[in-house]
Amino acid sequence: MNHLGFKIDKVKIGSFDFTCCEGCQLQLANKESTLPAFLGLLDIRNFREISSERHDDYDIALVEGSITRSDEVERLKAIRAQAKVLIAFGTCACFGGVNNLKNKIPQDEAVKVVYGDKKVETMPSMKISDIVSVDLMIPGCPVSKAEVERIVVGVVTRSPNNLPKYPVCVDCKQKLNTCLFDLGEVCLGPVTKAGCDAVCPTGKTPCLGCRGPSDDMNFPSFIQIVKEKNLSLDEMQEKLAFYNGFADYLDHES
Amino acid sequence: MKVDFNIDIHHLPRVEGHGNIHISVKNGTLEKAQWEVIETPRFFEMMLRGVSAERASFLTSRICGICSISHSLASIRTLERAMEIEPPEAAKTIRLLAMHGETLQSHALHLFFLAAPDFLDMPSAVPILHSHPEIVKAGLLLKELGNEMSIATTGRATHPVSLVLGGVSKAPSKQRLKELKEMILKRRTALDRTTDFFRTLSIPEFVRETEFISLRNGKDYPFIGGDLVSTDGVVRDENDYLLMTNEYLTDFSTSKFTRVSRQSSAAGALARFNNNSRLLGHRAHDIAASFGLEPICHNPFMNNIAQLVECHHIFENAEMLIESLLDDDLQEIRTPYKLKAGEATGAVEAPRGVLYHHMETDDKGKVLKADCIIPTTQNNANIHYDLQALAAEAVKDGKTDRETEKLCEMLVRSYDPCISCSVH
Repeated sequence: MNHLGFKIDKVKIGSFDFTCCEGCQLQLANKESTLPAFLGLLDIRNFREISSERHDDYDIALVEGSITRSDEVERLKAIRAQAKVLIAFGTCACFGGVNNLKNKIPQDEAVKVVYGDKKVETMPSMKISDIVSVDLMIPGCPVSKAEVERIVVGVVTRSPNNLPKYPVCVDCKQKLNTCLFDLGEVCLGPVTKAGCDAVCPTGKTPCLGCRGPSDDMNFPSFIQIVKEKNLSLDEMQEKLAFYNGFADYLDHES
Repeated sequence: MKVDFNIDIHHLPRVEGHGNIHISVKNGTLEKAQWEVIETPRFFEMMLRGVSAERASFLTSRICGICSISHSLASIRTLERAMEIEPPEAAKTIRLLAMHGETLQSHALHLFFLAAPDFLDMPSAVPILHSHPEIVKAGLLLKELGNEMSIATTGRATHPVSLVLGGVSKAPSKQRLKELKEMILKRRTALDRTTDFFRTLSIPEFVRETEFISLRNGKDYPFIGGDLVSTDGVVRDENDYLLMTNEYLTDFSTSKFTRVSRQSSAAGALARFNNNSRLLGHRAHDIAASFGLEPICHNPFMNNIAQLVECHHIFENAEMLIESLLDDDLQEIRTPYKLKAGEATGAVEAPRGVLYHHMETDDKGKVLKADCIIPTTQNNANIHYDLQALAAEAVKDGKTDRETEKLCEMLVRSYDPCISCSVH
């Protein structure tokens, strides 16, 4: 592949899924208008969902999902040993995602309710970085293909990759949306990392924080707004717990 | 010639989720053929306990990355029926258009990226991009159109944003609807090219008599709600979904199996077609006839063609839905409601077949109990028994292990299984 007369090497990439809905991998096949160009940057070595060719000489591993079974731990370690760059791909990989909601109940009780007396192996859901080191995180439920494209292009051209440091609110305000707090809803936009184009509040539903905490935010002031607007702190807690991105901010006493 | 061989496919590629195929042939006789689902379970039914009704559909949409709109709408329908909430007509139309977008996207993904490589003897769609660029381009145009319909109606292609209890939180703008209509008209050529391409493929001939399960409402080709019917003549109310599934466990699969009148049954595009073909749009009807697809078709490989026929139906019907939205002022899109205690089932036709959610709420609208039965769960037993019949036939016909393996892989892919969905 050439760009402005310079030869650019394709990146050898593998895409792997663990406990998840596979919606993030599906985004790789979206944004169809730029898909052929995007695929032109990649040498896909291992991507079970779309190809029966499997090779283990990838440099970049996209890892989707959280870890909930011992065989997954072993598979993940083998991928880490092979990959030069391991990317936690999507909210489940980065934070555990909705899978972590099952951690609030004893695991044997969960098995009993769903499977009765059948023995089914499961363990509390863990994010990827609980098991192996992660070089880069692309959060989102699902990930934004536009952001994935930017990051992959960055890797191919050896440019630095940065996710926005500011919260979703910044993008939402630029779209001139009516603030959901003014419509009586608790929205996590003020504290969540931007990069999603504020897609939820733009669709008039509150942000549930799938991209995790933003770097530049004021959590105490966020709680203050919820209190000033007389909105439910229980609802705020339910939303903060939804994707597990705010695990460090959950206040069990409020 | 007496042959011995074993086929062990670990993590079958080009399907959503993780499943294995095991086949063993000794002395020219099939000893074992097994479809084994080994996906890690996620326990969504437990996660749902204590979640407020307004958040439930945002959780269940995460059961599946491909059919998140179906899951969202199944939960919303369940909770609206439980709390006696009637969404406005315009919201119902927007929701149906969202379903059309998801179905088109999902069928295009399956037909081009997952199924087509088998017919062309390629490992994936990537080399087809070079050998048949115009075909892949047509597939991408269809898939993009499906995604655009979903984005316009729900805010996002995967994991919908504006599908909410009582209706929708935001309606598409008139401008967006007009653009969508234009896009549908322009992309008819891509659909015709796709249809011509599928005419050139040879669909394996294999028949195993099967009971097909789907929704039926008698008025429209079904997508949201209706009676539960089977090609064996069973008719049940939507709330009686347990009688249509009868889930049971096997020792080799983390997905449950289901049955109705026989040892297994099938759901999906072919089941919808077999129960509702007369409700298809004119063009879709003609296309089906031109492929020799007639009810009741018992060849599971024809599910590919039934999906193609449904794409034609969606093109026709989506245009009508957009027309009716353009005639509406789109002011009434959400009914006010009160959260309360209740219990109900909501059934929708996800791309891969009938999907049931059942929930019970307390007087504050928190979910007390939930049950979700997924189309692929309903297909797993049928895949398993089809696999046994197909492998036995292949061995009898003297096919090699490589030929048998390929046929078996193609069979599983014809069902377009969504395995992580089935082990939710």
